[in-house]
Amino acid sequence: MTYTAQDFKSNQEVRWCPGCGDHAVLAAIQRALPLVCEDRGWHKDNIMFVSGIGCSSRLPYYMNTYGFHSIHGRATAISTGIKVANPNISVWQACGDGDALAIGGNHFIHAIRRNIDINIILFNNQIYGLTKGQYSPTSKLGQITKTSPYGTVENPFTPGSLVLGARGTFFARGLDVEMGLNTEIFRAAAAHDGCSVCEMLTNCVIFNDGAHKDITDREIRADRTITLHHGQPMVFGKDKEKGLILVHGKLKIVKIGENGITMSDILVHDAHSADPAIHNQLINMKYPDFPVAIGVIRDISEPTYDDRVRDQLEDVKKASKITCMDELLHSGATWTVE
Amino acid sequence: MPHTVVDTKDVVIRFCGDSGDGMQLTGTLFADASALYGNQISTFPDYPAEIRAPHGTVSGVSGFQVHIGSDGVNTPGDFCDVLVAMNPAALRANAKWAKPTASIIIDTDSFDEALIKRAGYKTDDPISELGLEDRNIICSPITTLTKESLSDSGMDAKSIVRCKNMFTLGMCFYLFNRPLEYTYAYLEKKFRKKPQLIEPNRKVLFDGFNYAANIQAIANTYEVKPAKLEKGVYRNINGNQATAWGLIAASEKSGRPLFCGSYPITPATAILEELAIHKNLNVKTLQAEDEIAGICTAIGAAYAGDLAVTTTSGPGLSLKSEALGLAMITELPLVVVDVQRSGPSTGIPTKTEQTDLAQALYGRNGECPVAIVAAHSPSHCFDAAFYAAKYAMEHMMPVILLSEGFLGNGSEPWKIPSMKDYPAINPPVITKCEGAFQPFARDPETFARKWAFPGTPGLEHRVGGLEKNTAGVISSDPENHAKMVWERAEKVRRLANYLPLQQVYGNQEGEVLVVGWGGTFGHLYTAVRSLREEGKDVSLCHFDFINPLPKNTAEVFSRFRKIIVCELNCGQFADYLRARLPQFTYLQYNKVQGQPFIVKEIVDAVNEIL
Repeated sequence: MTYTAQDFKSNQEVRWCPGCGDHAVLAAIQRALPLVCEDRGWHKDNIMFVSGIGCSSRLPYYMNTYGFHSIHGRATAISTGIKVANPNISVWQACGDGDALAIGGNHFIHAIRRNIDINIILFNNQIYGLTKGQYSPTSKLGQITKTSPYGTVENPFTPGSLVLGARGTFFARGLDVEMGLNTEIFRAAAAHDGCSVCEMLTNCVIFNDGAHKDITDREIRADRTITLHHGQPMVFGKDKEKGLILVHGKLKIVKIGENGITMSDILVHDAHSADPAIHNQLINMKYPDFPVAIGVIRDISEPTYDDRVRDQLEDVKKASKITCMDELLHSGATWTVE
Repeated sequence: MPHTVVDTKDVVIRFCGDSGDGMQLTGTLFADASALYGNQISTFPDYPAEIRAPHGTVSGVSGFQVHIGSDGVNTPGDFCDVLVAMNPAALRANAKWAKPTASIIIDTDSFDEALIKRAGYKTDDPISELGLEDRNIICSPITTLTKESLSDSGMDAKSIVRCKNMFTLGMCFYLFNRPLEYTYAYLEKKFRKKPQLIEPNRKVLFDGFNYAANIQAIANTYEVKPAKLEKGVYRNINGNQATAWGLIAASEKSGRPLFCGSYPITPATAILEELAIHKNLNVKTLQAEDEIAGICTAIGAAYAGDLAVTTTSGPGLSLKSEALGLAMITELPLVVVDVQRSGPSTGIPTKTEQTDLAQALYGRNGECPVAIVAAHSPSHCFDAAFYAAKYAMEHMMPVILLSEGFLGNGSEPWKIPSMKDYPAINPPVITKCEGAFQPFARDPETFARKWAFPGTPGLEHRVGGLEKNTAGVISSDPENHAKMVWERAEKVRRLANYLPLQQVYGNQEGEVLVVGWGGTFGHLYTAVRSLREEGKDVSLCHFDFINPLPKNTAEVFSRFRKIIVCELNCGQFADYLRARLPQFTYLQYNKVQGQPFIVKEIVDAVNEIL
């Protein structure tokens, strides 16, 4: 079945603020899904969007697919139930940094640990937007918000590290302004069997404007971010003149052509490496010491929870002599009264 | 001493010991053997929350009461005819449950100075300290005898001592004239993978039986004849197992696979454990990361088209409140099983109560009525679960099934039903529609909306916690909100059109109507029956359906001069009735001790108002 982005747009008016980063992510999703359906042979009615509460969680209403806008933090648990009940549904989840990492943190890590085949799009604007500007678990240390008028005194999560800590099999990071890359990320997430986490660094124009501008502004983006592609050297900069090498197990920035460094010295990105050590370093690269890594950072293949559930059901069915309720009722110790 | 066989209609026996003494198993095996023998039985485990509480202390005493009889066994019995006490603490904690005529079996080996002291006695003579001198005390060195029985078994000393419960069981089998074969068969099955343990357990059971036959101390044995039961095939079942099976039965009848998302919690866990066994019958179980994930995974599964269930107990129901509101506003079928326990908060987790009724009725934000069904006996949990699932699916709404620890852990013989005698379950599944699908368009009779599964072409729609209009579009329009609130409530009210009418046991009109609900049925029924045998004008009206109430409830109440509502809480059902049917006066009898009623206290309470 061939679809266009238009097929995935619902008739609902999009109510995010003008300039909100979520618009661009939505557009990338709607652009990616026709490609995904083609890649995987899916029909639109097999795709559904689940969300929790927050600005980004309005997303299911804007998609012309099955959708469930649930309650704060619980989207991951709802997605899990849908996927276990019907593994043929492609489940996509929209959630924010407060929704997924604060109130829903428990469900988030356990879905990743189980490797249930859902695609989590984590809109990270480092603020609570819908409640009008309180700090979130990803707000920077010292950030001034309505509930931290003197600056926060707590360290933020790095969502990717949390994913690795929970034995994640897929992690990608995108910038709201990189629509082309995001489209590729969502395609890769759909191609991945297992729990995919796609962190989208989004801008909240009202309550946290410019949170990511150190890396997203057009003129500095090439120097301050590095786009990773599996099997390709890790280079960045306007002219791809910089790269990453590994020195004593640690990543280091080098200039190609300086100090005898050639392209062959540059580290090649291996997203399929089961060992998360380099993935963890890539995830934790922060400006100004390093460029911020975007693209698919980790994508490894492991059995999924939903497949295991299905396999076990089939195995037990084959091995069991009991095939219906009446047989179960009469199984075990019974006696007859004449 | 001359030996007599006492022919009796019913006997109550209470096994108690340290929580590691195996009293639950002993009691269960005794009950099962009696059921197979043809008796009516009713059981009541009474155990501490700690898995292995401090050895020899009163807080660590675990008890199991079995009521066996040839007629009229509807409760586990108030007081016991035989008390088995494996140590001084067990005797101290349970002496109050022994009838004045009771025989008491004690393991004298455990009545040493240290254990007597640890049990908190002030003297070194527990029998007279507890005023039990005139009871028939059967003093047996059970530990020593078990050691002797197994001295050649090659087992280590610790394992040998652990077999003392089998020795005690053997003694009881003699005392009650029970055949040993059933337990032999059980041992063979239990130790299939450790066959070296079959023979020692068999031997110690047999030796216990012979020991009891040979000693002079046992003056009476009991003959409890098989009950005159309806013809059929029977099995023993406890409430949690029956709940699980009722849900599986509803899954089969509806053709919807069963999904259970739950988090372990006493005393509901056994339902999840039981469901996990039966994957062969299209059962999927997910042990969630917390109570909230339990209900939310179930809600997701409901949206996707499964018969969705979450099981819990009081504190877990509190955690599920917000999500239950979501299931209610999205109008998805969901069964929430609450096996009530003593609260508030963690309360006394292993003890029974009916204190979650108000939470089930009102414990959510917004206008959020939810249908409530209650189970009234261990085997009735099957029907209660079946119908809770039927109503949830056919009426597209969450249903709370209230069970109780007393029912979940209690067991009774059950005449095995046939699935062909159960009604069909026809959920309003929609597979195509003309024009745009309206998710909240309603059936004109039931007010149920249609159930559209993701994966169905053309029925793409969105649900969620935000208020919607009939078309499924978010709406904060004042009139629409009022309309949707009314429609959702009306759907619950209309369930009454599909419920059986409320029945009355006893006179259909008259002086006193005893009103109860849920797991107190056996006690209330027994109390009312005994009052009626004395010629008193007392009837019983016991509710299985709490919300909505059966349609004829007011009419039933109007036929009696006095109504007394008896429940294991401070009056939650009575308050609910006052709100719903304020035209009547409700007297109350309440108990909140974490224990079931005693028949006598109900009889006394009713006599007081007669």
